[in-house]
Amino acid sequence: MNPSMRELTAIAPLIVVAGTALVVVLVDALWKTNRNLSPALTLAGLVAAIAFSFPALGDAPATAAFGGMVRTGGFTSFFTLVFCVSGLLSVLLSISSVEEMIPVQGEYYALTLFAVSGMMLMAAAGDLVVFFLGLELMSISFYILAGFARGRMTSNEAALKYFLLGAFATGFLLYGIALVYGTTGSTSLAGFPLRTGGLQQPLLLLAGLALLMIGLMFKVGAVPFHMWVPDVYEGAPTTVSAFMSTGGKAAAFAGFLLIFTPAVLLTQPALRDVLAVVAATSMVAGNIVAVSQSSVKRMLAYSSIAHAGYILSGVVAANPAGSNGVLFYLMTYTMMNAGAFGVISLLEKPDGSMLTFDECAGLSRRSPLVAALTAIFMFSLAGVPPFAGFFGKYYVFAGAVEAHFTWLAIVGVLMSVVSAYYYLRLVVLMYFNDQPAGSPVTGRPLGLAALIIAAVALIGFGVFPSVLLGLTAHCF
Amino acid sequence: MPRLLTGYAVLFPLLGFLFNGLIGRKIRNEGIIAAIGCAAVGAGFVVACMSFFSMLGLPPEQRTLSVDLFPWIVAGGFRADVAFQLDQLSVVMMLIVTGVGFLIHVYSAGYMRGDPAFWRFFAYLNLFIFSMLTLILADNFLLMFLGWEGVGLCSYLLIGFWYDRKFEKGTTGDAAKKAFIVNRIGDFGFLTGMFLIYVTFGSLRFQTVFTQAATMTVGTPVVLWITLALFLGATGKSAQIPLFVWLPDAMAGPTPVSALIHAATMVTAGVYMVARCSVLYALAPVSMGIVASVGAATAFFAATVGLVQNDIKKVLAYSTISQLGYMFLALGVGAFSAGIFHVMTHAFFKALLFLGSGAVIHAMHDEQDIRRMGGLGKSLPVTYRTFLVGAIAIAGIPPFSGFFSKDEILWDAFSHGSWVLWLAGFAGAGLTALYMFRLVALTFQGEPRWDKGVHPHEAPATMTIPLLVLALLSALGGFAGIPQSLGGGNAFEQWLEPVFAPAGEKLAFAATHGNVAEYVLMGLSVAVALAGWYVARIWYLRRKEIPGLLVRRLPNTYRVLLNKYYVDELYDGAVVRPALSGSELLLWKGIDVNVIDRAVNGAAQSTAAAGRVLRLIQTGVVRNYVLVFLAGVVLMMGWLLAK
Repeated sequence: MNPSMRELTAIAPLIVVAGTALVVVLVDALWKTNRNLSPALTLAGLVAAIAFSFPALGDAPATAAFGGMVRTGGFTSFFTLVFCVSGLLSVLLSISSVEEMIPVQGEYYALTLFAVSGMMLMAAAGDLVVFFLGLELMSISFYILAGFARGRMTSNEAALKYFLLGAFATGFLLYGIALVYGTTGSTSLAGFPLRTGGLQQPLLLLAGLALLMIGLMFKVGAVPFHMWVPDVYEGAPTTVSAFMSTGGKAAAFAGFLLIFTPAVLLTQPALRDVLAVVAATSMVAGNIVAVSQSSVKRMLAYSSIAHAGYILSGVVAANPAGSNGVLFYLMTYTMMNAGAFGVISLLEKPDGSMLTFDECAGLSRRSPLVAALTAIFMFSLAGVPPFAGFFGKYYVFAGAVEAHFTWLAIVGVLMSVVSAYYYLRLVVLMYFNDQPAGSPVTGRPLGLAALIIAAVALIGFGVFPSVLLGLTAHCF
Repeated sequence: MPRLLTGYAVLFPLLGFLFNGLIGRKIRNEGIIAAIGCAAVGAGFVVACMSFFSMLGLPPEQRTLSVDLFPWIVAGGFRADVAFQLDQLSVVMMLIVTGVGFLIHVYSAGYMRGDPAFWRFFAYLNLFIFSMLTLILADNFLLMFLGWEGVGLCSYLLIGFWYDRKFEKGTTGDAAKKAFIVNRIGDFGFLTGMFLIYVTFGSLRFQTVFTQAATMTVGTPVVLWITLALFLGATGKSAQIPLFVWLPDAMAGPTPVSALIHAATMVTAGVYMVARCSVLYALAPVSMGIVASVGAATAFFAATVGLVQNDIKKVLAYSTISQLGYMFLALGVGAFSAGIFHVMTHAFFKALLFLGSGAVIHAMHDEQDIRRMGGLGKSLPVTYRTFLVGAIAIAGIPPFSGFFSKDEILWDAFSHGSWVLWLAGFAGAGLTALYMFRLVALTFQGEPRWDKGVHPHEAPATMTIPLLVLALLSALGGFAGIPQSLGGGNAFEQWLEPVFAPAGEKLAFAATHGNVAEYVLMGLSVAVALAGWYVARIWYLRRKEIPGLLVRRLPNTYRVLLNKYYVDELYDGAVVRPALSGSELLLWKGIDVNVIDRAVNGAAQSTAAAGRVLRLIQTGVVRNYVLVFLAGVVLMMGWLLAK
């Protein structure tokens, strides 16, 4: 079956990103001398993909392509935008990275692009098999990226742990797909919710869905499948953490929205309850453990567990408000978390030691711009208006309340209060502590540019949330 | 065409603010900063004129334009857009704000020359105009509230502009804080009104709310509460009893700021808001009565205080409060267009008077006490003549603008209200003439009372040209609304008629023009104004011993007036001090330290302790991680099976 022109244009962003990845591999092999070429090509490829995703942005889910394997439309385009923005920010930061290997190795950029392609495939999946393919493409790229700082023990450890645990979790996911296929006779996501009701062996289907869910919970880093998160995010090169914690998480949530649609969750109330409990546990555990961290990077790792919990409440809501909230949240979370990790990548030392809270003291005197940007990211992560993080939280919690999961929203709001402590602790140290320790951040124009873009977007979406909401409104 | 234009009128001052606010500091050239600041508002005025003329070309029923820019907040059933509503009322306000605002900007370029924070001043001025335009043009209460708060913020920033200067017993910062806090009380009223409106009508859009309100019956209880809450907001912003105390202190800012706050913006916000909600007020006769009574009382009371003040700006500040009282008196008796008419004429002559006083203060090297002035008319001929025009206009002497607007208000107060309201306004009119010509006599006429070392000189052209333009407007502006009884068509009232028609239907007044009583009252109010002028000339120029004699005869009255009825002291004793000591003893040392802090610290400590325990699970050993993972799987599966 030859693909039609319509189908090819529909997956144009994917083709662009994957194609650029292949070109970068070739360029890196043939043109060793020019070190700027690979990052430049990568940036160009991601920007082009964003441009190609624009036409379908805000559309309703369009018809399936490639025999139902791939879906197109507003949902896919929105996620393409999230992934490309995440990749773009991380690449810009990586060029300024202090890690020895990262800025100069072409394969680093190729792997980043492969990971983005994997994510895009996940969000465009019309079939569980395609979803799985994308997931593995992304995960394998991540395993390598996590260990990219080869000279650093923690990075190696992160890669190995991530790989071992990731392989373990993949087993569950695949087993879940197998059971779903066994009970329903198909792996297609089209009409998936309809076939799940009124079956001969509902228990087997429930088990299959539960295993699928476990696999996805692992990927988003929800408690109790979160154990890898702190070690991997802390050990991996900071710019990779920025990428994994935003794009990777968003891709897994795309899986949640595609597989555990409101229709599925409403027919499986037990599964929905489990998801709600997991969301609540993630919020509580992530936030409480984050309080006692001294390394900023590890704090962010735990906070990302908490954010997985917040976003899950939007999935639990199983209504349009919640689903739109999830999309909104993922876009803004990409900006603020990549920004927060980006700040660390600008501040950390080349010796591989972890950036502590104390080292940030008095930053506002040394580097007022970086301090101001950090403050914006922290306030947004804490969910303080007028930054976009507030509306993300507001929409998912509003969805949960609407779905009569009020208790979940209450837990979320209470835990947000806890989170304010460790986010704002950083701001307080930066601004109200007069220890001019260390030297100012100098010369990293691209890294700073990435942070400024993210910060401006956070303020923009915070003041005009409807701009972003308009793009999500017809996705479902 | 005007659809898109309206957005630009708001956008230009915002751009001016951003430009001067962000990079003004780097630009050392005052000319560029002033040019951009003035051009931003001037462009807004051009847009306002274009909107006005294109509106003139339309039949009256098509003169309402709504401009939806983009949705602002969408949350469940609630929706607020950034959308503008351009109609006869908002276009009039727009012309006043941008027109008078532009003149004040031009004047400021001369007045503020050499100030180290020149750029900051123009940035704030532009933000002020932006906020005010947002307030006027908003098509829903929430956007209006944004402008409302923006105006409050800008007044705070501008009153405390010279934040390190002394002012009365404290610093200008204290005056700024006073303005902000008093306005917050009013904002509470506005917010309450807004909540009630949303609960009652399910929307905050003017059109939806007012269309629904037009079908309600007069005397609906909830509308009473809405209008009272909104009026509390208006008393804050428009300096009426009981929340007027911030306005006299607002003169702590540079004089162009006083002109901007008192004339074109800010204080007219409350009047505009009540006029905008005319339908709601027409449904609540009790509220109307309260509005009219508060207005009349304020008009009279502030005029008496103005009689004895010795600071040139303070006299003008109390006169503003008094004139605002007239506007509310008009609104309260259902003469909405007369109220807005007075807003317009007052904007002309009060801006003129304040800018004129600025020229005097400028010439006298920051001297504001009129006891140390006198005879300045010779040194400042332009300022003197324009100031005199302003004084004649505010005193209500025909054919200057103040006569037409004030007389219409007094007549409406008499015919739709009661003779008590009329009497308060009438007495206030006499007092207005008296204190204004007292001010003119003591400042510009008679013998000089200043030190030999001072050499007053006329202000530069950037300052005198706005004065001349405003003087022209003050003299002729009233012809926009010549009443039918004087052979005019009252074009102003006819222009606004469609806006207030729904309220007019509810009020259902009989036509009262052309009555003999109207001519009698008109003659009386002209006579009382002329009498005020005459008395002022006698007392302060010919027989100067009379005021001193009066003070000796009535020492207590004088002291009460000089101290503004001790209202500040009353508030200080009854509200400020109890609130401070209550906050300190009960809220801070009692509840905050013992209850809240303990609870917060306890929660924080237990959270941190829990964190320290939980992090121990994170051993770093992959085996254990898998174990936790598996435990999770088992628990989850067990739960699902049990269900």
